Formats: sequence, C-alpha cells, structure tokens
Amino acid sequence: MAWMSWTLPTALFFIGIAVILVGMTTWQILSPCVERRGFLPLATTRGDRLFIGLLSSAFIHLAFVALTDVNIAVATALCAFWMIILMRWG
Amino acid sequence: MQTKVENNKAWFLVLPVFLIVAFSAIIPLMTVVNYSVQDIFDPYTRYFVGTEWFKQVMLDSRLHEALLRQFLYSFTILAIEVPLGICVALMMPTKGRGASLSLILVAIPLLIPWNVVGTIWQIFGRADIGLFGAFMSGIGVDYNYASDPTDAWLTVVLMDVWHWTPLVALLCYSGLRAIPEVYYQAARIDQASRWAVFRYIQLPKLTNVLIIGVLLRFMDSFMIYTEPFVLTGGGPGSSTTFLSQSLVQQAIGQFDLGPAAAFSLVYFLIILLVCWVFYTTIMNMQKDK
Amino acid sequence: MTQSSTTPISHNKGITKEQAPVYSRAERKARNANLRGRFGLVLYVVLLLLPIYWLVNMSFKTNTEILSGLSFFPADFTLENYAKIFGDATWYMGYVNSIFYVSMNMVISLIVALPAAYAFSRYKFIGDKHMFFWLLSNRMAPPAVFLLPFFQLYSSVGLFDTHIAVALAHCLFNVPLAVWILEGFMSGVPREIDETAYIDGYSFPKFFMRIFIPLIRSGIGVTAFFCFMFSWVELLLARTLTSVDAKPIAAIMTRTVSASGMDWGLLAAAGVLTILPGMLVIYFVRNHVAKGFALGRV
Repeated sequence: MAWMSWTLPTALFFIGIAVILVGMTTWQILSPCVERRGFLPLATTRGDRLFIGLLSSAFIHLAFVALTDVNIAVATALCAFWMIILMRWG
Repeated sequence: MQTKVENNKAWFLVLPVFLIVAFSAIIPLMTVVNYSVQDIFDPYTRYFVGTEWFKQVMLDSRLHEALLRQFLYSFTILAIEVPLGICVALMMPTKGRGASLSLILVAIPLLIPWNVVGTIWQIFGRADIGLFGAFMSGIGVDYNYASDPTDAWLTVVLMDVWHWTPLVALLCYSGLRAIPEVYYQAARIDQASRWAVFRYIQLPKLTNVLIIGVLLRFMDSFMIYTEPFVLTGGGPGSSTTFLSQSLVQQAIGQFDLGPAAAFSLVYFLIILLVCWVFYTTIMNMQKDK
Repeated sequence: MTQSSTTPISHNKGITKEQAPVYSRAERKARNANLRGRFGLVLYVVLLLLPIYWLVNMSFKTNTEILSGLSFFPADFTLENYAKIFGDATWYMGYVNSIFYVSMNMVISLIVALPAAYAFSRYKFIGDKHMFFWLLSNRMAPPAVFLLPFFQLYSSVGLFDTHIAVALAHCLFNVPLAVWILEGFMSGVPREIDETAYIDGYSFPKFFMRIFIPLIRSGIGVTAFFCFMFSWVELLLARTLTSVDAKPIAAIMTRTVSASGMDWGLLAAAGVLTILPGMLVIYFVRNHVAKGFALGRV
C-alpha cells in the first residue's frame, strides 16, 4: 500500500465518502424515497441530489482555490450549507 | 418499457462487474487524489502541500490554452462529423448485398489501432511520399503539417473526421433502419418532399442515436491522445497539444506527480459533469417515450 | 426476343401513364435522389479507403521506391516487408501478444457483463441508476488520468508486463460498454419469457444458459466485437503496462522509427497487418453491428 502514498486528510475524505454512501443506503432501506421535483429543473431522488451536491461542491472548492486566497475551510462550510439546501429542497 | 421488479438480490449479479471495475477505477482514483495533495520525490520522501497544486494547475496558462484548444477541437469535429454522418447514413442502402458491403467498408476506419491511424495520416499527409500532401502541393498550396500550425490543426481535424464519421454514420444508419416502411408509404401518399420526410420522419427517430453519438464523440475526442501524438507529437509548438497530451507530458515526461494528479482530477471532474448532463438527457428521453 | 421484350415495356408504359398524375414526378425525383445518393456514397467510400489504399500500396514497395516518388502501383512489387515481420519473433510476437490480451479481455468482459446486464434490464435495486452511471463514467474517463497509478498498481501486485494486466486494465472501459450494449439488447426480450421459464421450473442459471443466452446471441456477438475493437485499438494503457513479454504490436511498430532513418515500407506492412483482424471480425457480425453501434438502443 506504500505506493498509494496515503495521507491523513485524503484518508479521512474517502472514509467520509464511504460513510455517506453506507448511510444513504441504510436510509434508503429504512425509508425508500420517491422521485420528486424541487427547485432543480428535473425530478430527482435523494441519491441524485447527493451526487449533484458533491459534484457542485467539488467545483465550488476548485473555484475557491483558484480565485481566492481564503482558507479552504470557508469553501467547505459553504458547501455543507449548500448540500443541506439541496438535499432538503432540491 | 415494462416495469421492473424490485429485487435487491440483483446486486449479486452486478457484484463481479463492480469488483472488476472498482479494481481498475477506484484504487487508481484514490491514488490520484493522494498524489494531488503531496509533493512526491519517491514513496518515502513526500510532503503534504494541501491545495497548492490545484492552485497552480487552475492558474496555469498552458493548461488554459490546452483546455480551450480541446473544446474548440471537440466542437469542430462534432460540427463536421454529425451532419456528414447523417448524410452518409441517408445514402447507405438499407437492403440487399449493398447494405452489408457498404456497412463493412464504412466501418473499416473504426477498426484500425489508433496509432496506426496516426501513422496512416503521417504518411498520407507528407508531401514527398504521401498522396494527400503531394496533392496539396500539386494544386499549389504550401502544405506542411509538421511545421505550420494551421496545417497541423487541419490535418488532425481531417484525420478525426476520417476516423470517426463512420461511427456517427453507423449509429444513424441503425436508427434509420428502425423506421417502419409504413411511415414512408404514408409520406409518399401525402407527396411529402424529401426534406419533409427527413425533417418529420427520419430526424425524430434519429435524435436518440444522435445523442449517443454526440456523447461518444465528445467524450472520445475529449480524451484524444494517440492519433495526434503519432501524427504531430502535439506540435508544431503546442498547437495540437490537447489535454491528455499535456497530462502525459507532465506525468511521464517531467514526472511531476503532484501537479499531474491535480490536473487529472480537474480533467476528471469536467468529464464527470459533461457525462452526467448527457446521461440525464438520455435517460429522461427514454422515460418520455 | 424483340417480341417478348416489347410487350412488357409497353405494358409498363401503360402503367406509368395511368399513374402519371399521382406518382410520376415524385417517383422520378426519388429515383434521381437515389442515384445521387449512390454516387455520393461511392465517392465517400473511395475517399475513406484512399489513405488505407495508400498504406497497402506502400507496404508492397521497397524503401528506395517509396522515397523516389509517388506511384499508384508498386513498380517493383515486393513481399520483403511482410517477410521481415513474419521472420522475426520480436515482430510477430507483438501480434500474438495483442490477440492474446484482447481475447482475454473479451472473455472476462462478457462473463462479468452478462449477469450484470440482466440485473440492470430486469430488476430495480438500491443504487441501480447510480451504479449504471458510475460504470458509464468509467467508459468516458480518459486513460491518461489513470496512467501512472495503473503502472504502480499492477507493478505492486506483480502483474506488470503480463497479458492479464492489459486485459484487466482494458476492462475499465470495455466492461461498462459491454453492460451498456447487452442491457439494450436484453431489454428488447419480453419479460414474459423469463416468467414462463420460471413457472416451468427452470432455475435461474439453467434458464439463463439454456434459454436467455441463445435469445440474445446476436447481442453477445456484437458485444464481443466491440470489446475486441476497443481493446485492439487502444495503445496508451497497453504500452504503459508492458515492456517485453506482453508488448503489443502497436508499441513494437515504433521500432521502425529508431532505426537508421525511417523504414516506411516495414511500417506500412505492420500497419496493414493490424487492420486485417478487425476486418475479419466485423464480417461475422455485419448484420447486427449497426444495432450494436447504437448500443442496442434503437
């Protein structure tokens, strides 16, 4: 595994993703969700909104890194906020 | 479309695919993420640098140019290949021996290894030994793909059109073949013009396959590497250096693991976004049916 | 002769005259369009084949003839270039290596993709759509992104420079493609067939092997063809993951450059030989290949 050059932050990142996936699956088993339409221009399930949220968060982070010198934590906080809005009303 | 049965045991059928693709996709992707936040000299001498490489990559003007060139290239070839492909598909006979023959002949360029495609055009475009190059200088055009950026660009586009129009053509052809004869008969009775037949009978049937075609062509042209690498090596200058080439240059040529990995991730995110847009469109269209 | 041939013609004329007010103009127009279509198609195919013809033409020439000027036919017809390839193990082993890993990839892809495609076409399960999208995104991901980690991954598990390494690496884009195409073909098979078979007491494996697979034979053929094609034409990964023992022909071809100058004839001959397998394979699936190009989704 040495060649994979693990670091603590990336390990935490992937563990986080894995936890989210497991959590979403359990949630789906416990209470299956139906497709619905929120403020996004297409009908989405919970999983779709999660994907849209993660992908847009990635782009938001990139934009922050490229365009500003603000600490990355600010971007992360903003994304968390965005994710909540998206999951609830998207 | 018939309704599907809910059955989570189906996961067992998908598991082998998941494992085999995950081995080749997830492990390398994780590694790329790890590389992207570190300055790596060898597996034991490495430093955590945070988002520095991302900043560098996002602000690198060479990469901006490569990205711009990439988009320009992808849109150029789409603008040529899609209409041309439709025309060729309309001309191909649908029945009899001619159908099989033209199908096989048209498909040939798709079956040639990509570096051989590069080689073919490398030879074909040279003024001293190639037909196309000789023809161009014969009609008085000063053509040299190895030294003139415009010519190099033209040759790469021409090569791609030659190589991949058949894919669009065959996609459309299969779409056209799925139109029942009754539709044409109705059109004949209505004395519909050729254009009306195309616009109201053939084109609607083609939209589905065309989206797949545009998706495949956009994605494949977005990762084009081998053909221009063999033909021009990305030059002259960097006029035909596309994203994959810059990436390989950085990763293998200069062995800058960190920046190359950050670049890979940005590249991958763009691909993911485009891919998702297309996928959602295709799926929604199938749902509407 | 004259008697028998004039009658049908006059007969025909009679019919056209009768139908003239309704059809003749449209028909003539259609025939003209048809003719123009044929002409256009022939023109396109000729232009398409011209570069390939030039390659074949060159492969039968000697290097001196190639460099001395253009000619449409080899004046000094020679098989020397081909003889060189078939007489040298480092050359022809390249073809053997390529065919070997391509076949391996084809078999692996089909075996894992068949049940998965069945699951996608018949059942709903948690995360099915996302799984399908994830597979597709792997088909679209540029191999250049994964190049270096691939090299290290396969080195660390001791598979570097083996055929299975290239076959597995090509699964990255071939398995998703196979699932996609097969799913399209399988969705065309009515569900009632499955249900009837289960009622008749077939177990799933037995039903799948005995009934279902024969039903989608053409789909399997086309999928195999596509796996073959994409694995055969890929170079970047194959070149990175091999050095000597499993080196593909495409990578060996670069040898013609490093020698004293460029060995154009040899390069052309090697190129021609890489086109042949594809043409052989497409012949077998020619009737279904069009549908396969639409990924079974027409």
